[in-house]
Formats: sequence, structure tokens, C-alpha cells
Amino acid sequence: MTNTKDLEGSQMLEINFGPQHPSTHGVFRMKVFLEGEKICALDPVMGYLHRNHELIAENLPYAATMAYTDRLDYFNSMANNFGYALAVEKLAGFEVPERAAYIRVIMAELARIVNHLMLIGFLLNDLGAFFTPVLYAFREREKIMDLFEEVSGSRMMCNYFRFGGVKRDLTAENLTFIKRIVSKLPAFLEEFEALLTKNEILCMRCQNVGVLPADLAVNAGITGPVLRASGVNYDIRKVDEYGLYDRFHFKIPLGQKGDVYDRYYVRILEIRESLKILEQALSQIPQGEVLNKKTLPFLKMPRNFKPATGEAYGRIESPKGELGYYLVSDGTPQPWRYHVRAPSLINLTVLEEMCLGQKVADAIIILGSIDIVLGETDR
Amino acid sequence: MSMPPFLRDIEFAVDLSLVNAKGWCLDLLGHFLPDWTVVLASIVISGVAILALGPLVMMYLTLLERKVIGRIQNRYGPNRVGKWGLLQPIADGIKMFTKEDIVPAQADKIVHFLAPVVIVVPALMVFLVVPFGERMTAVNLNIGLLYFIAVSSITTIPIFMGSWASRNKYSLLGGMRTAAQMISYEIPMTLSVVPVIMMSQSLSTNTIVMTQVGDLDLHWFIFTPWGLVGFLIYFLCAVAECNRPPFDLPEAESELVAGFHTEYSGMKFALFYMAEYMNAFTLCGIATTLFLGGWQGPFFPSWLWFFGKTFALICVMIWFRGTLPRFRVDQLMGFAWKFLLPLTLINIPVAALWFFVPERLAWLYSIAIFAVSFWGLVKLNCAFVPEKRIYPLAD
Repeated sequence: MTNTKDLEGSQMLEINFGPQHPSTHGVFRMKVFLEGEKICALDPVMGYLHRNHELIAENLPYAATMAYTDRLDYFNSMANNFGYALAVEKLAGFEVPERAAYIRVIMAELARIVNHLMLIGFLLNDLGAFFTPVLYAFREREKIMDLFEEVSGSRMMCNYFRFGGVKRDLTAENLTFIKRIVSKLPAFLEEFEALLTKNEILCMRCQNVGVLPADLAVNAGITGPVLRASGVNYDIRKVDEYGLYDRFHFKIPLGQKGDVYDRYYVRILEIRESLKILEQALSQIPQGEVLNKKTLPFLKMPRNFKPATGEAYGRIESPKGELGYYLVSDGTPQPWRYHVRAPSLINLTVLEEMCLGQKVADAIIILGSIDIVLGETDR
Repeated sequence: MSMPPFLRDIEFAVDLSLVNAKGWCLDLLGHFLPDWTVVLASIVISGVAILALGPLVMMYLTLLERKVIGRIQNRYGPNRVGKWGLLQPIADGIKMFTKEDIVPAQADKIVHFLAPVVIVVPALMVFLVVPFGERMTAVNLNIGLLYFIAVSSITTIPIFMGSWASRNKYSLLGGMRTAAQMISYEIPMTLSVVPVIMMSQSLSTNTIVMTQVGDLDLHWFIFTPWGLVGFLIYFLCAVAECNRPPFDLPEAESELVAGFHTEYSGMKFALFYMAEYMNAFTLCGIATTLFLGGWQGPFFPSWLWFFGKTFALICVMIWFRGTLPRFRVDQLMGFAWKFLLPLTLINIPVAALWFFVPERLAWLYSIAIFAVSFWGLVKLNCAFVPEKRIYPLAD
């Protein structure tokens, strides 16, 4: 890391990208020192969207925090709910009925598809492809959002998971709707890829730009598609086999170089794998309860829920990486400590290493390819 | 192919209707005004027509662009103001006029004010030599093309003025990119029109159109190998000259916020846009004149042909904008210097060869030369080849 303090007052051009900037994906700020267009030092500045998420949760009953987790990564609240529900279930030892577990997997994979579609769209926007890919991605995303609205009541802030299950059962119409989405999406991906994957300008801009070597990625604790694009086979769905992921057959796509292009393409491949999981889940989903009967009183009267003293760490493979929730209970209705391991934040730590020596335009797409959401980074 | 004489008369009358209208006006004035004022009136009429045409074209180009981009992105585009959104440009204009005009505290106030004013001037000046139709060139300069190239290249200066005077780092970066980009693309653009000048043996835009005359057997320059290559180079450079995607680096929205016009608001901002769209129009108009036979074309009035061809080219520009990502700055410069420039230099001797060698042999020659040189240039430029990558699927 270069100390940017030393560079102040030098002949280099100091530019702040953000907190208000069209391509920082929120209120993220990059302090950049430029020599011509080459980046000599980069200092990420975070915290503009800090909302005291963890402290708020430490003063709330466990059930109330579920709604707050939606606001972490506002693109896929379903995945956030999943991680938190897992942590609390580990803490209190709740069982999840089988149908609910299937619904969880379905929702988490749909959220992954939404997230990756949006990411690819916005990455292309950063590349300068004036909103066309974003709007194409939006078209598909809207269908999934409609489904989320139908089952949970809200498009983005779903608040759908509960300890020991999910809030509401999926109807037969919902399931046919999901089946239709799953059957239509491959055609859309073909269209998307026909426009993008072999586009010469896209290849020129993305290949060998922002290379993240595998050893650096592992040392920095990078997770998710960014890590897998560097060629490290690590996916918590396979490692932990949480939920029901041990029952489904799917592969983990790996990149080789770890550049922006790999990060882009690994995500497209992940959407395809998610579709495979969804197909299997939809064909296997059994009938039955969606909420563990034992947890119902705790949901009605959240203050009565006092897990025994202890700690639990629930983690999932969120679309951005390892999303972990760490809970310490002291036997009171509120957690004594609540911590979120946000993948966006930890993946950002290698931004400078990836950007040094590249052009300004590259820094923007490297940031875009890391896939950050400021709600999660700053919490 | 010949037409019945009466049809030809009608076509001729419609074709020259605008020219004749001006003639009648002048005749009418000639009855009760001294002769010298009639000359003045003639100048004023042409001047007003051009001054009105520029902004009008700009207004409806914005609408066209938004509509076409909307369709590309599968949405409607503006359709609320007037039928099919036809009044949208007027609403935009009113909005721009009523916006607050913000000047940064540290800005160089005079230059900051001058830049958007100055940028419109060359954009309007080049309208003078564009042949809009038969006998519809405002000034038939015998160095029309040279004038066009000279005046249109002034555009770089006001952009740099604006970016420097804003005292904004994004603007400064945008200005640096502009200077680099516009100057480097000027060279292949100028050289790509040289074969046209050689063939028509004139710099006058009117004469260039007249050498492409042909009724239905197409004598447009684009139907020759050197004309096609020249046209493609000219058009790519034109896209770069008016800072449109994929060469829109000076205003790269996702990197530099708005590039050189970051610190402009209200009507000053609109003037930058006006100049940009008028430049796009004139550059496409000159491309039409040089390579697509200008106003030549059967059945329809000549000015309709001119506008039709020009707007077709503009639609291609809009299509670029809707589909292509942006180049990076080094790739952009490399493309101009390492690829376009050598190709134009090859294009000039090929055109000379074409002049002296009988036609069928010339086709053979030029296709062979272009194939070899194109292949060679691609090979020489292969610093970047899109890699074929394999993505292993792990368990």
C-alpha cells in the first residue's frame, strides 16, 4: 500500500472519484493519484453509508433484525435473510422443515441470478455501453422481482425468511411462474452473450486488466466469484453444504487469469449453474410445512426468544462472496454481539493492488467487477 | 433509363422549389428596392435559412436519438409532449433556458463563458459549404472541402477552453483527452478524403457531387474499392471527431462524470450539445457528399435525397451508441495512428492506380492490395488478440 499522504502536494493529479460519482455504485469514494491517465496510488474511503447496523441489531430482539438484514445488500435481500436465519438457527438449534429448505434454496438462487444480471449490466455501463445491457438485464430482473413481490409482499426488501422456515408458502402458481422464468432465462443469456462475450471492444477492455493473483486473493480473504475467477475452487455451498445444497448437482465455474473478463464470465456461468439448481429444486420440492411449529411463539412474541448463552456463526455463499453472521448470546432477548462479515467490504481491500499502473477507465471497471454494494460495505 | 418529359418537368420543379421560392422573393423585392439591397437580401435569406436549419436539425436529432436508443433498449423514448413526442425538443429548450446558470467560484469566468459560444460558431460555419440539394449550396467555394476541414477542426479549441476554464479535474482530464483524440483523428480523416479530391479534381463540394452523376447506374464513390475504404475511415473518424460512442472519451460518463462540460449548466450546456449534434450532422452530410453521391438520386427531390442519406448515417452513429462499449484512451490512439493512418496512406496510391488502369484490372489490383494491407495491419497490430479461454467446471 502506498501511503497517499506522502503524495499530497506532489505534481500528480489528485482526483476524488466519489462520493458522488456515476460509477462508484453508491457513496463510495476513491482517492486517486494520477500521472496522466495512469493510476499511481489509490485510497478507498468508506463509511459514507454507515448506519450502525450492528449496534442497532444488538439492541433489538433476534426476530426484528431479520428486516434489517434486507438493507445490507439491497440487491438480494433473500440471501441476506438466509445467512441470518442460518446463524440464529445454529444458535438456538431450530430445525427447518424440508419444504421450507427447498423454498430457501430456490429464493437464494433466484437472488443470485438477479444479482449477477445486474452486476453484468452495470459493469457494461461502466465500460460505456450506454445502458443497453442494463435495461436488458432489468427486463429479466423484473420477472423475478414480480415473483418476490408476490411471495413476500415487497420487491427488494423481502424480509421473507424466518427462524425455522419461511414466512409464507409458495402456491402452485408461484411454482409454475418460477418454472417459466427458469425455462426462459437460458434464451436470454444466449442473447446477452451474443451481444457481449465475444465483443472485441469488451475483450480489449477487460482481458488482462485488473489481474488478481490467486495467492493474493486467498491471503486477502477474498471470496465469491472474485476469488473463483482467480482460479481458486472455494464455494461455501460445496464446503459447508448448508441448506440442502448437498442434494443438488452443480459445478463451480473457475477462471484462470483473474482479470475483469474472467470475473464477468464466471458470473454468467454461475447463472447457468444456478438455473440447474433451480430446475432440480423445482422438480424435487415436497409438500408440507414451511415453518417449524416450535418457532412460531417466538415470532409472535420476539422478546420471549432467549437463546441459551453461546455463539454461532452462520455463513452462506451470497452472490458477492461469503456472507457471515456472527452472533453471541448471553441469554437475554438481544444478542450480546452481532457482527456481519460483509463480502463487499473484504473484497474491496485488494482494489488498490488491482488498480495500480492501470488507466483511470480501468479502475472504474475493476471496481465494477468486484461487485460492491455500499449498504453492505458500510453497514 | 429515361422518364417521360412531363414527369421530368415536375421532378425538376419540386426539386428546385426551395431555390425558386428564394428567387421569387428576390424578384418581388427587386420591384421596389434598389439593386444592391437585393443582393443583401439574398445573403440574408441564405444566412437565415442556415442559422435556422442548424438548431432545428439539432433539436430533432436529439429526439431522433432518444427515440432510436429507446427502441434499441426496448423502451419507448419520449412520447408525452405532443404527438409521438414531437414537441419534446421545445420542452427541453424551455427547460434549458430556465435553468440556473452556475459558474464555479474558481473558474476563469470569461473563458468559461466564451467556450460554449465559440463552439457553436464553427459548427454553424461549416453549413455554408454543405450542398443540401441541387443548386442549394450557400456558398459555392472552390476550396469548399478545405474550408470544411479547416473550420471543423477549430472545435477542439473551445472544448479545451471550456475544460480548462472550469477548474475542475474531471473537465481537465476530459479536455486532455479531447485534444489528443481530435487531433489524432483529424489526420486520417483529412487523408481519407484525398482520393475523392484526386478523382473529382476539385475541392468544391458541388463539383465533387457532379462527378458522381449518374442516373440509375451508380457512380457514387462508395461503389469503388478506394471509395469504400475511404468512406469507412472517414466515417469512423467522423464518429471520433464529434465525440460519439464508442469514441466518447472526452465526456466518458462513467469515468469523468461529463468530461469537459461537467461544470456547465443551463443553456451553456445546451450549446455544447447543440454544437455536437450539428457537427454530427455536417460530418455525415459531408460523408454523403463525398462518398454517397450527395444529393444524387432518382425520383425524389434532391434535398430529400441528401437529408435521407445523411440521416441514415446519423442513425448508424446512434446505433453505435446503443450497442458498443467505450474504448480506452491508449486503444483509441493506437487505432488512429497504427491502423487508420497507414490504411489511408495505402488508399491514396490505390486511387491513383484506379485512375490509370482499365476498370476490371483496377478492381483486381485494388482488392488484392487492400486484402494484403488489411491483413498486414491486423497482424502488425496484434498486440491484442482476444484470447480463447477455457473455464473449468469444478465439483
